Amino acid sequence: MEPYILIALFILIIPIFSFLLLGLLGSKMSHKTAGLIGTTGLFIVALLSYITAFHYFFSFGKVGETYEKFSASFQWLHLTDHLHIDLGVLLDPISSMMLVVISTVSLMVHIYSLGYMHGEKGFQRYYAFLSLFSFSMLGLVLAPNIFQMYIFWELVGVSSYLLIGFYYTKPSAVAASKKAFIVTRFADLGFLVGILILSYFTKTFDFNELTNVHGSIFHSHITTTFMGFSVFSWATLLIFMGGAGKSAMLPLHIWLPDAMEGPTPVSALIHAATMVVAGVYLVARLFPFYYFMTPHVLTVIAYIGAATSLFAAVVACTQTDIKRVLAFSTISQIAYMMVALGVSRYGADGEAGLGFMASMFHLFTHAFFKALLFLGAGAVIHAVHSNDMSDMGGLRKYLPITHITFLIACLSIAGIPPFSGFFSKDEILVAAFHKDIVLFACQYLVAGLTAFYMFRLYYNIFWGKENHYHHTPEEAGLNMTGPLMFLALLTVVTGFIPFARFVTSDGLKMETEMVWIVAIPSVLVGVLGIVIATIMYKKPTTISDKVATSMGGLYKAASHKFYFDELYMFVTKKIIFGLISGSIAWFDRHVVDGFMNFQAYWSNGLSSKIKGLQSGRLQQYAWVFAASVFVIAALVIF
Amino acid sequence: MNIDAILLMRTEFLLVFQIIFLIIYDLFASKSGRKGLDVVACSLFIISTVIGFFPATTGSAFGGMFVADAMNGVFKSVLNIGVILVFLQSKTWLNNEYTEHKKAEVYILIISTLLGMDLMISSGHFLMFYIGLELASLPLAGLIAYNKYSSESVEAGAKFILMAAFSSGMLLFGISLLYGSTGEAGLYFDTMRNVIAPRSLQLLGMVFFLSGLAFKISLVPFHLWTADVYQGAPTNITAFLSVVSKGAAVFALMVVLYKVFANLFDYWEYIIYGLVVVTITVGNLFAMRQHNMKRFLAFSSISQAGYIMLGMLAGTPAGMSSVVYYILVYTVSNVGIFAVVSILENKSGKHDIGDYSGLYKTNPKLSVAMMLFLFSLAGIPPFAGFFSKFFIFMAAAQMSYYVLVFVALVNTVISLYYYLLVVKAMFITPNDEPIAYVKTDFSSKLGLAICLSGTLLLGIVSYFYSYIQQFAYGLF
Repeated sequence: MEPYILIALFILIIPIFSFLLLGLLGSKMSHKTAGLIGTTGLFIVALLSYITAFHYFFSFGKVGETYEKFSASFQWLHLTDHLHIDLGVLLDPISSMMLVVISTVSLMVHIYSLGYMHGEKGFQRYYAFLSLFSFSMLGLVLAPNIFQMYIFWELVGVSSYLLIGFYYTKPSAVAASKKAFIVTRFADLGFLVGILILSYFTKTFDFNELTNVHGSIFHSHITTTFMGFSVFSWATLLIFMGGAGKSAMLPLHIWLPDAMEGPTPVSALIHAATMVVAGVYLVARLFPFYYFMTPHVLTVIAYIGAATSLFAAVVACTQTDIKRVLAFSTISQIAYMMVALGVSRYGADGEAGLGFMASMFHLFTHAFFKALLFLGAGAVIHAVHSNDMSDMGGLRKYLPITHITFLIACLSIAGIPPFSGFFSKDEILVAAFHKDIVLFACQYLVAGLTAFYMFRLYYNIFWGKENHYHHTPEEAGLNMTGPLMFLALLTVVTGFIPFARFVTSDGLKMETEMVWIVAIPSVLVGVLGIVIATIMYKKPTTISDKVATSMGGLYKAASHKFYFDELYMFVTKKIIFGLISGSIAWFDRHVVDGFMNFQAYWSNGLSSKIKGLQSGRLQQYAWVFAASVFVIAALVIF
Repeated sequence: MNIDAILLMRTEFLLVFQIIFLIIYDLFASKSGRKGLDVVACSLFIISTVIGFFPATTGSAFGGMFVADAMNGVFKSVLNIGVILVFLQSKTWLNNEYTEHKKAEVYILIISTLLGMDLMISSGHFLMFYIGLELASLPLAGLIAYNKYSSESVEAGAKFILMAAFSSGMLLFGISLLYGSTGEAGLYFDTMRNVIAPRSLQLLGMVFFLSGLAFKISLVPFHLWTADVYQGAPTNITAFLSVVSKGAAVFALMVVLYKVFANLFDYWEYIIYGLVVVTITVGNLFAMRQHNMKRFLAFSSISQAGYIMLGMLAGTPAGMSSVVYYILVYTVSNVGIFAVVSILENKSGKHDIGDYSGLYKTNPKLSVAMMLFLFSLAGIPPFAGFFSKFFIFMAAAQMSYYVLVFVALVNTVISLYYYLLVVKAMFITPNDEPIAYVKTDFSSKLGLAICLSGTLLLGIVSYFYSYIQQFAYGLF
């Protein structure tokens, strides 16, 4: 086991080293060297991750029948005897799985960017940030305690900010990066408060202790309440708030669509496959705690997830910017994972732990096909130099590889067998079906909508009316199509992985079987969605416009993302800036500044008065000295 | 005198050896041999510092006059590190035409002072303590007045010696009061501890004694000499004064307060409490008004001393380790600043804050280093200074000194203002004639590199704090 802890450390060291190298010396390198350094580093990381994960699942990870947690850390900050912040690494089923996901997608994005970002100004900076992001994300999943996770959580936020704002001369990119940072930072405030509450009452940051169902924490009876809820409910709810921010759950989702201003490969890496699932990962990490200590919070998570997935799916049907469609689809799919966690129970017996396993499974498969969709969209944008559907159409002739791989990904997300999305989505629907019929119905509807909007996207890009292109669109080079084909391959095969044998909530093996009563209708609704999309969008028709008009207000609201941005603008501009900040600003200018001015006036006056003390005359110094001694002595004695 | 006693006092013996060796070397070395004196002195000192880190025996010698324990070893090592850094930055200064012929004096005097400090820290008896204190003061006067043709330097030396004599008098008077009221205990720390009780005469003795040490630490209102002396003394000596001399006095005070005056905690608690508040505040108020870099640093070091005392007040092992750690961090950051100041001063003779305007254009590396040191002093994360303040505040808050921590925090904000004034001058304020590019020699570079790595790593790498922590002891 020891060597794997060491390997895991190297997985962290290599990207940070490559970040420092590229960050400090990048400007002196050629584009080619910089790209090569970043990509080679990630290649080694991917290799090490595969080795670690393989050995974890097939040799050292299994003790008896269960997959155990292995961690090693050293004390970094000693706060009290109970409470100390450690730094280290943790290997368990979900972190090993995440290593594979992150390093694979990151490697693909590194390779793809060699072509996509070719000749861009700041190419070296781009690769430096990619390395920083990989470091942060890998550190996040390997963290053995919640505080280290928080540190890397913030680092992930920073690197995301840097990458969204990569085109920093573009005002919209700068605005988007600020928006992403502020919204997630706001959510992280909740996360931090949650951590503090949790650690105050459990006296530990360590995940091993926080999730040990036989440990003392689960048998403690802390009955402290605050505003009618137990402190643990507050803690887990606030921690979930952090997760909701990163994973773009309602109502903190508003940053993700705007984050599409960043370079497309970045969207594939950060805003589809890795960072945005951090929230899901966080809940999964603390799952035993959620389930046993605060089960009602888990229910809240399930309902927020369901609402988010439905909302995002509806909005995705109306967007015309292809990256925004994908962004809303990402929100919807991540919410799917949240629902699965929310309906899950602890254990591997029967259907009990199905939701947890399905959530992780969907995270795994979704990462690959969503990265594929984004990279495919990137290839399209690269060819036609536009994000908008109306500038596309009929591209299947010009971009054959992109077309086929994109189609595979669309089929997968629509839940058509035998592609990977079918298997994982099916498990989620089964889990929801056993727990709560309302949630099941909602998710079922979302499955149909997903198939519809994905094929709407697909037909609008590759079929439909052929646009008049200024120059003939061309397929990109192998460094871009290679990752597409590799990810398409993964999309086809990953569904057949017997995931339940490896990743479950308690580490025990689990048996799953097809539940036909759920599987067949779910495929049917997917097919139905595709058929409707085919009728409406395969050939240029006016049906879609008619439908849109007949929907009236609903369509308008959906295409405006249900006015969430406007609502936020109203709240921030009018209420916060206008009312609250306005009065605070008045208070600040007149009272606080007044106090400060008074203090400055006073300290100025005082210091010019006492500057006589600093006269340079020794006799006076001695006099002050002696007088002070006597005053102090008098005070002490009497 | 047996081998055990020699091992107990190995640090002191090594210093004595170095003093004698340097005197002989200076007398008999050839002209070229004298050129290498800096290297010889530095190397010898570094070797003795390294020896200081080896595990030592603990015990006492001279019938309890001299006490060696593990924490004393840490104190001395921290001081040694400060001295190494001062040596490294002094080389350029010493090798000019006016001082080249007498440069050995600086090394000899500094090591003599250090010997006095080490004796003071390790003493187990008030007279031993006093001898150490005097040995730590007298050579300092020589160092301060080292530039004997500069009237400022001579004036500073005279002021220092007079004030030092005055404070020694106070301290000695305090000791005699204590002796008079506890006669049979014979001034040994161990026995004094048990007989000291809150009686007026003993309290009076304690106040006089404390004021003598408060002078060395330059706590307000015993600080008035500080700015004049710091400004007049040669810059590198000022660095020594502000870091090593002050650190030694803090360590000595801590030893005495924890070991001897433990019973009077309820009384000195209030004294230190009050001194902390006025020291930090007055130090800050004056620092804001300074135009001269050295005076500015004098007041900044006064206010830093206030934070140090805050940790001492906690009286817990955490308090002690946070104080030692603070001084270590303060040493690397403050000596770093002085190194930059002295490099610039040697070349251009300028040491006003206004002269630093536009420095970034001509000396970018020095400016960035200086900025990082200032950030560390101001306590901005992730530099070491943040962690040292954090530990101090934590130690104080654990003992429920919330009001004091709040006052200190408010003052941290004020201090940020004047530290940033220097940064603003260097990076933002335009200047038509900034100080020209200065080439830095190897030993200064080495010193700066050590200071920089200390500023960057001492906080983030937890090893250093844990190392100090394992030896710390508390008041109770």
